Amino acid sequence: MDTRFRTVSRSLAGEILMVDSRTYNDRVVTVLVVLSLVWAIAGMAAGVFIAAELVWPTIDMGQEWLSYGRLRTLHTNGVIFGFGVSALMATAFYSVQRTSHVTLFAPRLAWFCCIAWNLAVLAGGISLLAGWTSGKEYAELEWPFDIGITIVWLSFAVVFFGTIVKRKVKAIYVSNWFYGALIIVIAMLHVVNSMAIPVSIDKSYSMFAGEQDAIVQWWYGHNAVGFLLTGGFLGMLYYFLPKQADRPIWSYRLSIVAFWAFTYSYIWAGPHHLHYNAIPEWVQSLGMVMSIILLAPSWATMVNGVMTVAGAWEKLKTDPAMKFIVLALAFYGLATFEGPMLSIKSVNVVSHFTDWTVGHVHSGALGWNAMITFGTFYFLVPRLVGAELYSVRLANIHFWLALAGTMLYILSMWGAGVSQGLLWLSLDELGELSYSFRDIMASMVPYYALRFVAGAVFLSGAILMFYNFVKTMENRTTVTRRIPEVRTARSAVEAVA
Amino acid sequence: MNVLDIHRKLEENSGLLIFGILFVSAIGGLVQVLPSVFQDELVTPTTETQPYGALELLGRDVYIREGCSTCHSQQVRPLLAEVKRYGPFSSAGESAYDRPFLWGSKRTGPDLHRVGAKYSDAWQRVHLVDPRSVVPNSIMPAYPWLAERAADPRENIQTRMRRLGMLGHPYTDEQIAQAPDLVSDKTELDAIVAYLGVLGDAAGSAGGMAH
Repeated sequence: MDTRFRTVSRSLAGEILMVDSRTYNDRVVTVLVVLSLVWAIAGMAAGVFIAAELVWPTIDMGQEWLSYGRLRTLHTNGVIFGFGVSALMATAFYSVQRTSHVTLFAPRLAWFCCIAWNLAVLAGGISLLAGWTSGKEYAELEWPFDIGITIVWLSFAVVFFGTIVKRKVKAIYVSNWFYGALIIVIAMLHVVNSMAIPVSIDKSYSMFAGEQDAIVQWWYGHNAVGFLLTGGFLGMLYYFLPKQADRPIWSYRLSIVAFWAFTYSYIWAGPHHLHYNAIPEWVQSLGMVMSIILLAPSWATMVNGVMTVAGAWEKLKTDPAMKFIVLALAFYGLATFEGPMLSIKSVNVVSHFTDWTVGHVHSGALGWNAMITFGTFYFLVPRLVGAELYSVRLANIHFWLALAGTMLYILSMWGAGVSQGLLWLSLDELGELSYSFRDIMASMVPYYALRFVAGAVFLSGAILMFYNFVKTMENRTTVTRRIPEVRTARSAVEAVA
Repeated sequence: MNVLDIHRKLEENSGLLIFGILFVSAIGGLVQVLPSVFQDELVTPTTETQPYGALELLGRDVYIREGCSTCHSQQVRPLLAEVKRYGPFSSAGESAYDRPFLWGSKRTGPDLHRVGAKYSDAWQRVHLVDPRSVVPNSIMPAYPWLAERAADPRENIQTRMRRLGMLGHPYTDEQIAQAPDLVSDKTELDAIVAYLGVLGDAAGSAGGMAH
């Protein structure tokens, strides 16, 4: 065991120290992909377990670290910051090198990002189970982690933008704008929203109070969805979809318009999380209007994606990666349509505080984020290790499990959410409440049971994928690829001129 | 020079692109968030809103630690059915001493902003330790460990109050001096029950509909 550990650590150290400016640095990408997969399984398993707790509330066995309130944050942090961000770092590092025709800037700093980020999520996850939390949704990690995350994020920015600065291609490709927006905007949101005065290592008080804290928190919360779960993953889409379809992006012009409209308008939409709450009326109304406007850039990108695939439809029959990416686009379209609808105050009055919100989040998280990542990984993993995918059949089974799991999840939460919303507000002919809260809560059992099944189905698909990748990567190392000469249309034109 | 040509400058200059993204994404926050942050009346406490007492403050911090706000909101919307179900709707001033705010985003269980007047302390104690003994089909977790732990094991209640004092919570020196005595023989269960007990004390003072 000891010698094995030494061999592994020595080979890892060797990889970190190995720098060759003529080849792409893909080893850090492989490690990030594997870590992302581990987080996917762990984070989703936590999700399935807390779904079960809402059906069988005693399965926490009176253990505080298994209690819903603590595990729920482990679930969200595990899937967003473990699975999601590791996948974004992996694909950003992979694609920024190829679109810039240079190797990574500061490769050791890239390794630092990879290792430090994952250690932060791991230690952060343990701290959440121990009850360290700021209580701010999707920003629960306490101040020591907030500082650590900021340092890693700045390192990510240095590696990413450093690579862009030394690029050999004149134009910065569109996927990099999205990854760039991810890095810049998340840094801004994180720093402002995490401002707090520490009391002890595990406890701090927010710099903002009450209503102001609410507005700042949802400015952060909504745009973590916007620039991490939407923008970041759009970066993934803009690189890997054209690669996989073997066609350029359909409209370059549309991608420009959609990018800037997206970056400008997303940031305004946060207050729709606070409709009819104690915040000024104008903030709510403005948030609603901007949320509806947001439909335009969201769907512009979807149209751009779908039209890029058009003409490569035959690939859908044979290529599992393509299936996942196209399905992700469909769910992206659904979620970005549902979001603006839910932001309308008269719809929100029913949906707010209900499981409809949970369903909406998961149509994005499972249908869009997870699917596009799965598709990208089915493309990426075989290329990274220079092998065929171990089993296309397993990947196809995974596809159907993922689709069935997502659909079941969304349908069960629609059912639960719409009934909660309507029953809570229902008054009888005398103007009295029609139903007690307890009775409405008790009627949720079938929906919650179905949601548990949906989560388990989705997770089982992810486990199949994990097995498939383990078999694909077994006894192989990351292939070293030489950076090709720049041969773009524009550079050819410039060469002639 | 058309728009695409102008955009080409952004595409070919990473510094400009970074600045462009920062500028364009900051506008929304500046226009929409900043006014609220500097509009003091939004965090001016209502006349009946007091900073949390020592025990209530510790209880609130237990509430945060256990993630109660992942299932319980503290925000009664100004809707007839909500006012009937929970009580007077919430106003901004009531949350002036809430760091962080705990309005929540989900009601797996009921809203708690007016819960203080609804149940006795004795009921809350039994319910927290074994929810299903009083609400048979409840899906709330049980919190048996709260009864076994000291409310302030690190004895840092004074630090907590002083830090909040730095942020503008008007604790007097006397209140801070007395705090350790108020919490020394208390459990976390005592603390959270005390906190739940004051929820709703300031209700209605800012015009929210009375019962």
